[in-house]
Amino acid sequence: MNIIVCIKQVPETQEVRLDPVTHTLKREGVKSIINPFDLYALEEGLRVREARGGRVTVLTMGPPQAESALREALTYGADQAVLLSDKAFAGADTWATSLTLARGIAKLGGADLVFCGKQAIDGDTAQVGPEVATFLDIPYVSWARRLEFAADGLLRVERLLDHGYDLLEVDLPALITVVKEINEPRVPSFKAKLKAKSAPIPVYGAADLDLDPATVGLTGSYTQVVKVFPPPARGQRERLSGTPEEMAARLWQRMQAAVQR
Amino acid sequence: MDYLLTDEQRMLVELAQQIAEERIKPVRAELDEHEIFPTEIMQDLAQADLFGVIIPEEYGGLGLGTLENCLVLEALATACVGVATTYAASFLGAYPLLLFGSEAQKQKYLPILARGEQLSAFALTESQAGSDASAIQTVAVRDGDHYVLNGTKQWITNAGEAGIYTLVAMTDRSKGARGASAFLVEVGDPGVSFGKKEQKMGIRASTTREIILQDVRLPADRLISKEGMGFIIAMKTLDHSRPGVGALAVGLAQGALTEAVTFARQRHQFGSPIISFQAIQHMLADMATAVEAGRALVYSVARYIDSHPKDFGRQSAMSKLFATDMAMKVTTDAVQILGGHGYMREYPVEKMMRDAKILQIFEGTNQILRNVIGLALNKEFGKKAK
Repeated sequence: MNIIVCIKQVPETQEVRLDPVTHTLKREGVKSIINPFDLYALEEGLRVREARGGRVTVLTMGPPQAESALREALTYGADQAVLLSDKAFAGADTWATSLTLARGIAKLGGADLVFCGKQAIDGDTAQVGPEVATFLDIPYVSWARRLEFAADGLLRVERLLDHGYDLLEVDLPALITVVKEINEPRVPSFKAKLKAKSAPIPVYGAADLDLDPATVGLTGSYTQVVKVFPPPARGQRERLSGTPEEMAARLWQRMQAAVQR
Repeated sequence: MDYLLTDEQRMLVELAQQIAEERIKPVRAELDEHEIFPTEIMQDLAQADLFGVIIPEEYGGLGLGTLENCLVLEALATACVGVATTYAASFLGAYPLLLFGSEAQKQKYLPILARGEQLSAFALTESQAGSDASAIQTVAVRDGDHYVLNGTKQWITNAGEAGIYTLVAMTDRSKGARGASAFLVEVGDPGVSFGKKEQKMGIRASTTREIILQDVRLPADRLISKEGMGFIIAMKTLDHSRPGVGALAVGLAQGALTEAVTFARQRHQFGSPIISFQAIQHMLADMATAVEAGRALVYSVARYIDSHPKDFGRQSAMSKLFATDMAMKVTTDAVQILGGHGYMREYPVEKMMRDAKILQIFEGTNQILRNVIGLALNKEFGKKAK
C-alpha cells in the first residue's frame, strides 16, 4: 500500500504574532515544529503500513527550512520524505497549496491513502486536506477518529462529530484527515534518527511538477488578505449579585438601556 | 558544561529527554502514588531502540558503551528514578550474559532484550545475603544434564515483570564464594514463582519482589560460564552497572536542582523572590556545584570503562558512591528550599528525596563501596611498597 502523509511546519507558539504590513505570521525567533495534528496522521500512516505493508512517504510544501520537519518525520519511521519548494510557491493560500500538494502526490505516482492532520495550528483553515482530494479527484473523509479495513476492500471510517460520529465507507484511493482521538503517536527511534540525519530528500519545484508559476503561490491564490488583526481584548465585565430575581431585574435594565442607546 | 559529546551521543540524549519530558513527567506522580508498573513507558523505550544501548549490533542492539548507557539513564532519571530503575535493572540482568554468556546463550536471549520484548532482572540478594553475597543459601544441585534449584531471592527489581533472570546460586556450599554459580532462569520455568510486591519508600513505579525457586529443573546449558564463577560474574556485573546508578543519581539531582531554582525565582517573601537571598543562593550554588562534580565523575569513569581497562572496580565504586551521596543531599536541600511546598506531594521534590535514598543502598551499599575503594587503595600501595 502506497501511503502519503502531508505535513506542515508551523511555529511552536500559542501567541502568534502578525506582521502589520504583510499580514503574514512573524516567524523570527519562534521554534518550528511539525503541526501536532500531522503527527497523528503520520502515526496512522505508519500503523496502516505495519498492518498491511507498503511504504510511507511524508510530503510537505514549504521554504527550504521545512526540510527539518521532514527529517523529524523520518525519525518516527517514515520510509522517505519529499519537499515541494520553489520561490513561486511562496504566499500560497489553501487553493494554491492544495494544487501544489496534489501535483506533488501525482509526481510520486499517486497514493492508495493520503493522510493529513485535520487542520494546522497556525492557519486553522482545515481546507487543505479536502482540497487536495478534490484536485486529485479522489474521495475524502475528514475528522477520522478510527479506521478499519473491511473484508470487501472498503475503508470504514468513523468521522468524529460534536455529538457522536458518522460511520462512512470509502473506496481507495482516498484522503483521510485525522483528529487526535485516532491514536497515540509513537516516540522516535534511535536507529531512524541516525538514518534521518543523512537521508536524501528530493526537492521538487514548479517546473518539476509541470505547474505554471502563475497558478501557484501568491499569484495563484484566490484569497486576498485585506486585513489581519487579533480580536480585541474582552471589554469591561460586571458581575451581578443578589437573589435570582434581583439579578434578573438588573440584567433586564441593562438590556433595555443597551437597546435604547 | 560541554562534555564533548559526539553528535550520536547528543541525539541519544535528545531522544531520552523527549521521552522523559513527554511520556514520564506527566505520569510520574500517579505511578508513584499508586505504585503502577510503567508498562507503556517500557514499550516507548523499546520503540525508541533504547533497550539496545549496550547490546552489540550483531545481537540487534546499538552496540554503544557505558557512557551512552549513563547518558540515557541520566536523562530518564531527571523525570523519574522509579521508571529509570526499571529500565536500568534490565541491563543489570543482561550484563552477566554480555560479559560471560556463551555464544548460544547470547544468540538466544540478547536479541529479545535488545528489542525490549522482555525485561530482564538480576537476582543476587537473599534474606541472609545482602552486603555479604557469599552467604547465599539458594542451591543448584547437578542432576545428570540438569541443575535443580531451590531457594528464595529477595528484593529483586523487575521480579515478576521480567522474562529472563540471571541468578546466583551455590553449586558447592563448602567452597563459600567460590562455590557460587550463575544461571539463566526464564519466567515460565516450572517451579518459579514470585512473592508479593514490596511496598517501598521510593522508586514506587518499579516492582520489587521475591523470586521463589522450588525444584526448578534447568537444562545444564543455562549455566553461565562455569561452576564456581558466580561470585566473579556478580562482582563484574556490578562493576559495570554502578556508574549507571551514579548516572541515575546525577539525573535525579539535576531534576531536583531545576525544581529548586525555578521555585526560588518565583516564590516571593519579604517582597522579593527568595533566590535574591544569599541563604538560598548559597544552597543552590552548592547544589549546582555538587551535581556538576557528580556528572563529571560519572562521565569520566564511564569513558574509562569504555577504554576497556583490566580492573576498574574502584573507579566504578567511586562514581556510584559520590553521585548517590550527592543526590541524597541535593534532593534534601531541594525540599528545604521549597519549604512547606516541598514537603507536599503536590510538588515533585519530596518524591525525589524518597527516591534518592535507595541509590545509596542498592547495587552495593555506600559502606560496602567504601570497603571496595579502601581495599583497592591498600592493594595498590602494597604493590608499590614491594
